[in-house]
Amino acid sequence: MNYHWNWHIFFEPNPTGAGTYLDMLLSGLWLTIETSICAWVIALIFGSVVGVMRTLPSKAASWFGFAYVEFFRNMPLLVQIFLWFFVLPELLPHAWGLWLKQLPYAPFYTAAIGIGLFMSARVAEQVRASIGALPRGQKQAATALGLTTAQTYTYVLLPIAYRIILPPLTSEFLNTIKNTAVAITIGLLELTGEARSMQEFSFQVFEAFTAATVMYLLINIVVVTAMRIVERRVAIPGYIAGK
Amino acid sequence: MFGNFDFDVIARALPYLFREGMVFTLTLTALSALGGIVVGTLIALLRLSGFRLLSRIAALYVDLIRSLPLVLVIFWFYFLVPYIGQWLTGAARPIKVGAFASSLITFIMFEAAYYSEIMRAGIQSISRGQPAAAQALGLTYGQTMRYVVLPQAFRNMLPVLLTQTIVLFQDTSLVYVVSIPDFLGAASIVGQRDGRLVEMYLFAALVYFVISCVASFGVRQLQARIAIVR
Repeated sequence: MNYHWNWHIFFEPNPTGAGTYLDMLLSGLWLTIETSICAWVIALIFGSVVGVMRTLPSKAASWFGFAYVEFFRNMPLLVQIFLWFFVLPELLPHAWGLWLKQLPYAPFYTAAIGIGLFMSARVAEQVRASIGALPRGQKQAATALGLTTAQTYTYVLLPIAYRIILPPLTSEFLNTIKNTAVAITIGLLELTGEARSMQEFSFQVFEAFTAATVMYLLINIVVVTAMRIVERRVAIPGYIAGK
Repeated sequence: MFGNFDFDVIARALPYLFREGMVFTLTLTALSALGGIVVGTLIALLRLSGFRLLSRIAALYVDLIRSLPLVLVIFWFYFLVPYIGQWLTGAARPIKVGAFASSLITFIMFEAAYYSEIMRAGIQSISRGQPAAAQALGLTYGQTMRYVVLPQAFRNMLPVLLTQTIVLFQDTSLVYVVSIPDFLGAASIVGQRDGRLVEMYLFAALVYFVISCVASFGVRQLQARIAIVR
């Protein structure tokens, strides 16, 4: 390969005039983390609500949950983001659309909400599956004790359900982080976006992408390690992965 | 809201959208799935093989690819493939690789990591008695895999493989980042040219939705049909 490697490129000033190329990548890393945490909060809240709805005895609730999951699962993420970013402002009443278009940080909000809702359908499936996997006796015992449906879920079913799905939720969180890279298409300068612009300015393609790769690997390692600790902390002794 | 919705712009773009865009998307999906499953199965076999070094390398590859965003991997291969081509052919400068070949290689290598995990689970789900019996019959490792283990693993994992292929079908839209006109890219080009992004993106969303829904319904039917009663 006659590629000209230059690892010192990271310490050279970047064209924006503020700091080095490394600073550029680090700001992208930070934006990736911010976006994924916002998206993940949205995914967890909506996913839990919809997942619970699918297990309720009410026909309407479970039908709504089914439609919600199918809607968000059967369209590519990129298309969904385009719908939120380009199409939604046009469909709203003129004044609202204008407000949306002039919103500062619009790519950030769009990415957080779009990716959050996209992932919420997956979280909902996990929540539904784990509630379905609980022994029937749990729910029956709660009913026998006189708990209302809401109490049954908050005090009996969900605490165990969440513990069961911690490992799959970890990988869904990792997916959320990876999915934030799609926001490059609406101009969000997250890690992949910054690596791409570094490549365009400096022509050091492989250094830029190597750095981004290493940063993604580091995020992964941190998340996986942190979740292992959480898993151990919340394990119930004598039950599900507990000692 | 839909007062000035222009259906005509969609109608006029249909031939281009489907003949160019959708053909690209579907060909890319089919060939990547095929290539991905073949390479993925090889990786799974390496990973489960007795050779420590090979299985470490396979595991490393799978873990590496699976922790990177597809967009970044698309960029990697988009810039790397010309250099690999140069290295393979011994040319003087990086060779030119077409849009289709470049994205095909990317998706095969990316999806192989995911398919390999599915195949690994499939191979591991075969009871130990099967390869043991094959060995007792005097079959070689290759024969055991080809006639005994892999056919069963494929059958057990077929619904999962197909579901992953639906994900792949949706993921191919990401070639947008290197300006390759797949179905979504074609819709985007027409939308930008005519100033009709709303119509084009809504139409594209609908088409993806219908295809994915029908496909996942089909997978569910198939799953019910081929499930082996044990």
